[in-house]
Amino acid sequence: MASLWEYANPKKFIQTTDRLLPWFSVLAALTLVIGLIWGFFFTPDDFRQGSTVKIIYLHVPSALMAINAWLMMLVASLIWIVRRHHVSALAARAAAPIGAVMTVIALATGAIWGEPMWGTWWAWDPRLTSFLILFLFYLGYIALWAAIENDDTAADLTSVLCLVGSVFALLSRYAVNFWNQGLHQGASLSLDKEKNVADVFYHPLLFCIAGFVLLFIALVFLRTQTEIRARRMRALLARERLG
Amino acid sequence: MELNVTGLSVARGGIPVLEGLDFTLRAGEALILRGPNGVGKTTVLRTVAGLQPPLAGTIGQERDAMAYAGHADGIKTTLTVRENLEFWAAIFGTGGIDAALDAFDLTGLADRAAGGLSAGQKRRLGLARMVVTGRPVWVLDEPTVSLDTGAVALFAAAVRAHLAGGGMALMATHIDLGLTEARVLDVAPFRAKAPAHDDFDGSFL
Amino acid sequence: MKALLLRDIRLAVRAGGGFGLGLAFFLIVVVLVPFGVGPDSELLAVIAPGILWLGALLSCLLSLDRIFALDWEDGSLDLLATAPLPMEGLVSLKAMAHWLTTGVPLVLASPLFALLLSLPVEGYLPLVISLALGTPALSVIGTFGAALTVGLKRGGLLLSLLVLPLYVPTLIFGAEVARRGAEGLDTGVPLAMLAGITFGAMALLPFASAAVLRVNLR
Repeated sequence: MASLWEYANPKKFIQTTDRLLPWFSVLAALTLVIGLIWGFFFTPDDFRQGSTVKIIYLHVPSALMAINAWLMMLVASLIWIVRRHHVSALAARAAAPIGAVMTVIALATGAIWGEPMWGTWWAWDPRLTSFLILFLFYLGYIALWAAIENDDTAADLTSVLCLVGSVFALLSRYAVNFWNQGLHQGASLSLDKEKNVADVFYHPLLFCIAGFVLLFIALVFLRTQTEIRARRMRALLARERLG
Repeated sequence: MELNVTGLSVARGGIPVLEGLDFTLRAGEALILRGPNGVGKTTVLRTVAGLQPPLAGTIGQERDAMAYAGHADGIKTTLTVRENLEFWAAIFGTGGIDAALDAFDLTGLADRAAGGLSAGQKRRLGLARMVVTGRPVWVLDEPTVSLDTGAVALFAAAVRAHLAGGGMALMATHIDLGLTEARVLDVAPFRAKAPAHDDFDGSFL
Repeated sequence: MKALLLRDIRLAVRAGGGFGLGLAFFLIVVVLVPFGVGPDSELLAVIAPGILWLGALLSCLLSLDRIFALDWEDGSLDLLATAPLPMEGLVSLKAMAHWLTTGVPLVLASPLFALLLSLPVEGYLPLVISLALGTPALSVIGTFGAALTVGLKRGGLLLSLLVLPLYVPTLIFGAEVARRGAEGLDTGVPLAMLAGITFGAMALLPFASAAVLRVNLR
């Protein structure tokens, strides 16, 4: 049985993901197309919200991935700190812009949904505010990666920032809840409570979530490959200078 | 007491510069590192001083034994010469600074603001700090920059006194200090070789 | 240990040390606010707690890059790193020196500035208490940001971008204490949360700051 850590070798990682990438891409496209078409065209309009409810098929998955991308970065950062596998640090770097885009999608779809529902594009509601703060954390993380020339130094510093940022993001979440009780509806999905989305809406939503997860994985694979190759190029250039 | 460096490899900016460096310093000995600019003398000194981890190899001595003086002197221009030295004496938990002032002929300048000193005088203040640390291994990077001949002699005398007291000195310098007893190590032959081309593993190089 | 603290304070108060700049900045913010929102003292009284907290936070931010940058430029930081002083202790002392030279003057001046913004009488004590309890957190968190960006040229803007999101919880609870105090409400819960953040940051963040400083020095 081969160790999981073998995939921390950049070469092995690129070989494996090269084989997996087409599968993930096709699967992501399929589930997204099925989920979105099903959700947009084959579900009834909500009795209160009308057809606007259908933006849920973009809003909820992107919001989920906005948080999950950060969690993935946190795990990857911890792996870098503990085991110092370069692929791990580069995967965290690769995931950050994807997470940031997911956050923007969640905020934008939320605004588009909020306008007809609450009569406003933006409100300082705790959930909205938390996502805006999360976006700021993404920006800081990406900016720190971009600002530092030495790759290992950047990996170390951003890992610690990701760790500290996670704690403060969680703190901000509670602080924001305390600060304003808000008008956002409860969570659409939760494990411990009865789900508060009816089955007709729920099944296509599951497809869309699966589609976003697959899309995220495919994008992280692709972007990590790019980061590895870019890093490899810098290493080769540096070696040329060594003579 | 000895400083025993074995198989030391160091990297600058993630790129290996020197590898397989071995040397031993016993109490009362001085070693001068020589080599062309950019070969990695500063990196070796910073590694020995404990400011950066070695790529490979060991430095058989505690960090607490080292006193380091780099290109910058760490002088606060708004403090007086005395205040600058007293600060380092307090940090390193040693007593008086008079001996250090005396050794580098700074007694007359003690109450001047360090900002008003000339480059050579600042350098002397930076080197006087080494005396104040009370540590056995002096790690000096180009200590004689901007010193005149008289000051170089002062410095050589201070190093000699330090060695006579059982200390050690490791330095990188190009000029002749008149320290005839010091050994010289040319680091150029230890330049790191580029690794084999297909060696594409976790370290990228 | 004490020597480093004394040196930093001495450097701050001597010429070119920048002592008082933060305070002057705080004053300017407070003076500019009425120009922006109008001289209506009732409106000013409502927004005073928030403006005062925001002003204090921004003045704090202004001086963060001085925490390590000066010692980095003149080489003192390398020398301090080789000194018999644990890096965690070094960053804690640096944060404390920053608080003593920036935070404490802000706390002491805040009642005067509150007067300019027509803060209700019952709001003074909660304001001062919240600032006294919250500004150490600002210094400690800011020290982490300064340690992250110490090796960078022109890292000031990046420092702000990194530190401001981390300031959110402190600002929320601190301003909430001041606001509730001004409205005569109970301040117990946000005060406890603010204290929790401050002491938690003081206890844990120096380890992170020391770790990133070590990375930046190598």
